[in-house]
Amino acid sequence: MAVSRQWLETLPAPHGVLQKLQQRGRNALTKNELPTNSLEAWRLTDLKRLEKLFSLTVVTKSEIPLKPFSNSWVKSPKNGFRIVMDPQRDPLEGIILPDGIRPLTPLELEQNLGQVLKSCLCSNDWPIAINNASATNLLALKVEGQDLPPLELITEATQGTFVPSRIILILEEKAKLELLQITLGKQDSAHSHLLEVHLGKEAELNHGWVALGSGEGNLLANLTIEQEEKSNYSLTSVQHGWSLGRLEPRVVQVGGEATTTLKGLQISTGSQQLATHSAVRFDGPEGVLDQLHKTAASGHSHCIFNGEIDVPKIAQRTNAAQLSRNLLMSTRARIDTKPELEIVADDVRCTHGATVSQLQEDELFYMRSRGINSKAAATLLLKGYCQEILDNLPVEANRWGILNQLLESVK
Amino acid sequence: MIRTDSELILEITDLHACVENQPILKGVNLTVRAGEIHAVMGRNGSGKSTLSKVIAGHPAYNVTAGKIQFQGQDLLAMEPEERARCGVFLGFQYPVEIPGVSNLEFLRVATNSRREKLGQAELDTFEFEDLVRERLNVVQMDPAFLERSVNEGFSGGEKKRNEILQMALLQPVFSILDETDSGLDIDALRIVAAGVSQLATPTSATLLITHYQRLLNEITPDFVHVMDSGKILRTGGKDLALELERAGYDWINSTNKDQEDN
Repeated sequence: MAVSRQWLETLPAPHGVLQKLQQRGRNALTKNELPTNSLEAWRLTDLKRLEKLFSLTVVTKSEIPLKPFSNSWVKSPKNGFRIVMDPQRDPLEGIILPDGIRPLTPLELEQNLGQVLKSCLCSNDWPIAINNASATNLLALKVEGQDLPPLELITEATQGTFVPSRIILILEEKAKLELLQITLGKQDSAHSHLLEVHLGKEAELNHGWVALGSGEGNLLANLTIEQEEKSNYSLTSVQHGWSLGRLEPRVVQVGGEATTTLKGLQISTGSQQLATHSAVRFDGPEGVLDQLHKTAASGHSHCIFNGEIDVPKIAQRTNAAQLSRNLLMSTRARIDTKPELEIVADDVRCTHGATVSQLQEDELFYMRSRGINSKAAATLLLKGYCQEILDNLPVEANRWGILNQLLESVK
Repeated sequence: MIRTDSELILEITDLHACVENQPILKGVNLTVRAGEIHAVMGRNGSGKSTLSKVIAGHPAYNVTAGKIQFQGQDLLAMEPEERARCGVFLGFQYPVEIPGVSNLEFLRVATNSRREKLGQAELDTFEFEDLVRERLNVVQMDPAFLERSVNEGFSGGEKKRNEILQMALLQPVFSILDETDSGLDIDALRIVAAGVSQLATPTSATLLITHYQRLLNEITPDFVHVMDSGKILRTGGKDLALELERAGYDWINSTNKDQEDN
């Protein structure tokens, strides 16, 4: 199959600060065009949908941007600032950054580019290769302050386009930031998103990541996080509306004593296939993880969750809890969930659990006996189910009416 | 209150029903008029709860013969939610816990679906809060229970109060209270019974399903029916319940047998 080779030929010649990575990614794709189902991490993936990526036009950096975004989104946050990730433009074009946030210097960029990926042991993963190969622009920021306005980052893929986006965020010691990422996709579109975050000692990042497709688009997103001692990283992710959606949050606590909170929600409808593959590694003692992942699958859709937790010998007194809760909303839907804990340290507390349930007949009848029809009953049940995760999103996420969008599509 | 000229609310004729192909109801006949309070008594397994679920439209119960007319309409042709909107209410013996669904939101959606049928305006969140706080008084219920998930972690008594609160909000025409007295202490029983009595109107009717006389000490029924083996064997006034309490269910069976033999 030479699909990706033809696609690679459409890309501009390697250029700029990402030149080396572009070349590296393209070499990797030439050798390894697509993952196969024989690989554990891709065992359940519908690879035909993945192939579709190669039929789309890659949006790259351009002197004369062709398609400016319509900007029909909800208004910019009142108390925060918004950056739009359009691969054709410099993301900081026309943006005045608040005090405490600045672009990385060329030297800092050189020192940091790809470092968190290495630390998270995923530099050679296939989604990283495709992002390396295609991204021609990046946003690289250093955060040094504490009382900063929330940052909102928007990425949108319009019809027929493949949108690569890459971000590096370095939070200095004791820096604090609230980040809301909104990823939107139209029909027949795709995203390849790569985020590298380094949290210095005692730094805090409250991260909301919301990816809402229109049902036909594809999404590959890799969020890689490196945490130093006593740092605090909280991710609330929402994934919905993609033909193929794959989110890979990877966190490494390099010095121990850090706290990681992962709250995930994926709602699949129709024939969508949505996956979250999370990995958390404790490379120091006394780390904390609180993870709750929820899925709800209706129609004949498919939800996948794979939660890896690695506690090597050095990570004594780790306290990790993972819970995967899943709701099958139709008899034709499918859910696969797999906790994967590798614990070598002996003095740890690690709990995990996974439940798959259906809308209970007695619950439904109880509601129907109160005049609430089956659909409204299912919506009420789903609303409560989603709210538990959505409540953790940064406050600014409320403007996007996410819950209503989720419920509307399940009706 | 018995008035032979009052409106016919419910008329059950020769009702047969089964669950998982097992016949449970074997020819139930019952007529209920506006303003009346009926009590159905009987041993475990006599078909009392099945009768309540069939009236409410539980999908697991299959009606094999007979009919139920509700205010002149064919009740069996209606979906459970439509029956509720038209004013049929079932107070559950074991109210269902629904984790994650806010009790307040649940009550609001239910109330609005009934109001829509009655041609009344939908209540928004604030209007509904005013209404529900007023109706909480009917069952002396702590407002904190509104903020929790439906019935989740409620004690047996709180669940039953929540049922009567729903009755107070939905203002049904015909209420069936399936063993509302079970699991209640004496004080809670009085509060719940007072709530039911307060909600009884000359235009509505109530069917109490119970094992014991103690609920009927609080709510005086106009008719008492005794069920056995899927049929109503005997109908009488409130004295029948007292007699049952004294002589037990075997007395009904033996007197019935005597009647048949004669």
